[in-house]
Amino acid sequence: MAIKNGKFEEPFVIEKIVFGLLSPQEIRKFAKVTIVRSDIYEADGSPVVGGLRDPHLGAIEPGERCPTCGNTREECPGHFGKIELARPVLLPHLGDYIYMLLQSTCRRCGRLLLPQDRAEYLRKIYVRLREKWPRLAEVMASHIAKEASDVTECPHCGERQFKVRYIRPIIFYERRPEGEVRLTPLDIRDRLERIPDDDVMLLGIDPKRARPEWMVLTVLPVPPLAVRPSITLETGLRAEDDLTHALAEIVRENEKLKGFITTNAPETMIEDAWITLQHVIAAYIDNELPNIYQLTHRRKRPLKTLAQRLKGKEGRLRGNLSGKRVNFSARTVISPDPYISINEVGVPVEVAKILTVQMVVTPYNIEEARRYVLNGPHKWPGATFVYKARQDRKIDLRYQKNYQQLAEELEPGDIVERHLVDGDIVLFNRQPTLHRMSIMGHIVKVMPGKTFRINLLTCPPYNADFDGDEMNLHVPRLEEARAEARELLLVEKHILTPRYGGPIIGGRQDYISGAYLLTIKTSLFTIEEMSRIISRSLAYVDLEEPAILKPRPLYTGKQIISMLLPRDLNFEGKAKIGSGDLKCDNENCMADSFIVIRGGRLLMGVLDKNAIGAEQPNNLLHVIALEYGEGKAREFLDTIFRSFIRVLEIKGLSVAYSDIEIPREARQEVERLTEKARREVEELIEQYRRGVLELIPGRTAEESLELKIIELLQKLRTEAGEVAIRHLDSFNDIFIMAKTGARGSDINVTQMATMLGQQTIRGRRIWRGFRTRTLPHFKPGELSPEARGFIKGNFRDGLRPSELFFHAVAGREGLVDTAVKTSQSGYMQRRLINALQDLIVSYDGTVRDSWGNIIQFKYGEDGVDPMRTYHGKPVEVNRVIEMVRSMRGHRNE
Amino acid sequence: MSSGVPDRRILEHELVPEHRVLSFEEAVALLRRLGAKPWQLPQISLNDPVARLLNAKPGDIIEIKRRSPTGGVHIAYRLVVAFERRA
Repeated sequence: MAIKNGKFEEPFVIEKIVFGLLSPQEIRKFAKVTIVRSDIYEADGSPVVGGLRDPHLGAIEPGERCPTCGNTREECPGHFGKIELARPVLLPHLGDYIYMLLQSTCRRCGRLLLPQDRAEYLRKIYVRLREKWPRLAEVMASHIAKEASDVTECPHCGERQFKVRYIRPIIFYERRPEGEVRLTPLDIRDRLERIPDDDVMLLGIDPKRARPEWMVLTVLPVPPLAVRPSITLETGLRAEDDLTHALAEIVRENEKLKGFITTNAPETMIEDAWITLQHVIAAYIDNELPNIYQLTHRRKRPLKTLAQRLKGKEGRLRGNLSGKRVNFSARTVISPDPYISINEVGVPVEVAKILTVQMVVTPYNIEEARRYVLNGPHKWPGATFVYKARQDRKIDLRYQKNYQQLAEELEPGDIVERHLVDGDIVLFNRQPTLHRMSIMGHIVKVMPGKTFRINLLTCPPYNADFDGDEMNLHVPRLEEARAEARELLLVEKHILTPRYGGPIIGGRQDYISGAYLLTIKTSLFTIEEMSRIISRSLAYVDLEEPAILKPRPLYTGKQIISMLLPRDLNFEGKAKIGSGDLKCDNENCMADSFIVIRGGRLLMGVLDKNAIGAEQPNNLLHVIALEYGEGKAREFLDTIFRSFIRVLEIKGLSVAYSDIEIPREARQEVERLTEKARREVEELIEQYRRGVLELIPGRTAEESLELKIIELLQKLRTEAGEVAIRHLDSFNDIFIMAKTGARGSDINVTQMATMLGQQTIRGRRIWRGFRTRTLPHFKPGELSPEARGFIKGNFRDGLRPSELFFHAVAGREGLVDTAVKTSQSGYMQRRLINALQDLIVSYDGTVRDSWGNIIQFKYGEDGVDPMRTYHGKPVEVNRVIEMVRSMRGHRNE
Repeated sequence: MSSGVPDRRILEHELVPEHRVLSFEEAVALLRRLGAKPWQLPQISLNDPVARLLNAKPGDIIEIKRRSPTGGVHIAYRLVVAFERRA
């Protein structure tokens, strides 16, 4: 049901659509004019009578009266014309049906190539099947066609049958004993005409809607002018539509052929003209067919003919029916605002003044509505239109300046088209729209500025950053749509993702560093600092005694976070920093890398990526969202996460050259390791040269050597990295970011501090470049690490020229890979979505398609919604044990 | 169409789940429970080796008990058809 100007309009309901072929009689009946001339305009500029712009095809000019129906261009529906073809022509897109029909019917009597009794038997089954299970009947028809096409002698007239060879799209040959003979459209039409209706039906074609011989054109319909409008250029020149050009080509060839036939021209000339006509008509239907001459604009751009109008991304189907342009939408650059809720979006005033919401005036909101009207269209919050219900009149406030009077005259039932205001719900979207979290509902917050503002925590689901990203905003128009957006699409309903059963919204980068710096044991905060952190969260908390009283009162970070956590929260989990010698699997942890929260108190462990990060299943956020609900999780994200940022504002987080500087003895150790690896590689090469290298099963000597060298150098970089990390100060900010998962990894640290390591192309050492070597810096045939892309240098000290080159080579491969991957996975995604889009989980738990066919008897075979699971597991036993344990603890207290 | 009867031992194979032809009453009850027409069920070819061993006729419904990685035992039903759906 649609609402237009406040009134309901019942739409038509399409019950079914039947496709068929037009018969020549029908085409002739529709046609109001026969096109015989390929020129379009006379010398005086008027359209040629009997040409492709014959006025009988319909009125399209303003004020013109249609000579066929007498209407002006508003009412005239347009009329078809026709081209009487001098000789019949195949419809190229039906070639496969024609092929099937020719193969399964007799070449003389035209009957289905199956014995009478067999045909009768099949017909009986087919008729019954078609009534009951029409989709099965289709399958049966194709089996019948296959059975008939294998017959070599007609069971009715005894005629010997020949195989037909089909070259797409329009060429048919018959394999006679004396050699291959080309079947002309005339021959084919003859044969198709002879097939009885009953046999046509058995082959899956409804003879009432599509007689086989209609697949061969004798008369071509010419679409009305409205289908192929001409455009007048500024210079006064007329440019015709591509379809008109293609049709002109057809008329030209047809008249030529007609001339040859009437003048009794040599048969070869007629043949040639006929074949040309077939090509042109094929191109008119689809200009991208194989083995067909493309129609072009003066030897250049191919014409856009019928198939091209429908096909592809910009075609009628994908471009105009599946996807349409919308109103009530806005697009601009996004920028971050950590102080609005994740449910909100900051909308510029300029946008809010253009996007509007329909507001039905009631006794309860009439005062509010008056305020909007009083402000007019240019002052926010105002209104752009008023619909007076009683007078059925639409008033545009841009032109009706007496706002005062309009506001006073407002009465219940009127509709005010008011500006977007705080609290409205809108849809917010970032392309590519890869999953449902790419479009979420946000609550409007109108702000100064020219960008959309979003909370940083909503970046992961949109995959957004602020390097110039733009996003789209849509205003739902109906109350139903708004309710749906609020209840289903709101950001807080999407904290958990159905993709892998975990939170997709969560902290990244500074949030993680901040949480870590807040919760490490060495962080102590004065009362003032504590107040600044807590107050930033906007939460009301009961302050507790500081952990340290002398020499001055100091709070621990764990105390501060505990004041903010829900009182009955229990959680246990490993922290991201717990690796290597900091690894902990249970609460006996000296390194503070095991998180224990009991009764809302962070007893031990630090909060890092594993606790508050985005896309980390079974973390603190996940548990809160699952066990306390989305509302609580949103509150958690909106309040506590801001405190993490405030910690960074107090403590500071910044990096320096010295953060990646390693002490002299570490450098020497790396040097020693490198030297050792170099000797080992030399040893391997030497063994290879002498032919005594130990081979890896299934590999040649060269491959074995390469694999061993790569393995060795890989180990070298790992070891060098370990050395560097061992020597770095653990309070160094780069190190903190890598360890907590805020940004960067151990590899990045290694590459900055010690060495870049081996560069590869397609997993192999770099071998391309000059004929016998990678670069002229090296000896021909050299296999040493440096000559094959091993980089000893690091980002801090800088790279040598050859090293920089190798690094660029490997970097380029990465770029190409991402480009290829995105396009391929995008296409795969499209196909998957097209195949799965109307599958539905019905109320009985079965998965069905739109015909009610059952796809799965129980969704996922277990009926579980992955969104409400612990990373795929419906029940997490450890959580249950933990909860029970904490309950017992309470009783004991 | 291959000639001969399939080897009965395939029924014992680990990867072949348990198949059973439903009785008429069971089939009617199943369709009523699902609110589905027979043609809305997934299909199995009459020529499927297991269907042939069970002597299934077109129109029969076969119950298949599968071990499922997510749902323990999952029960599926298939309608026996003479013509397979086009790919």
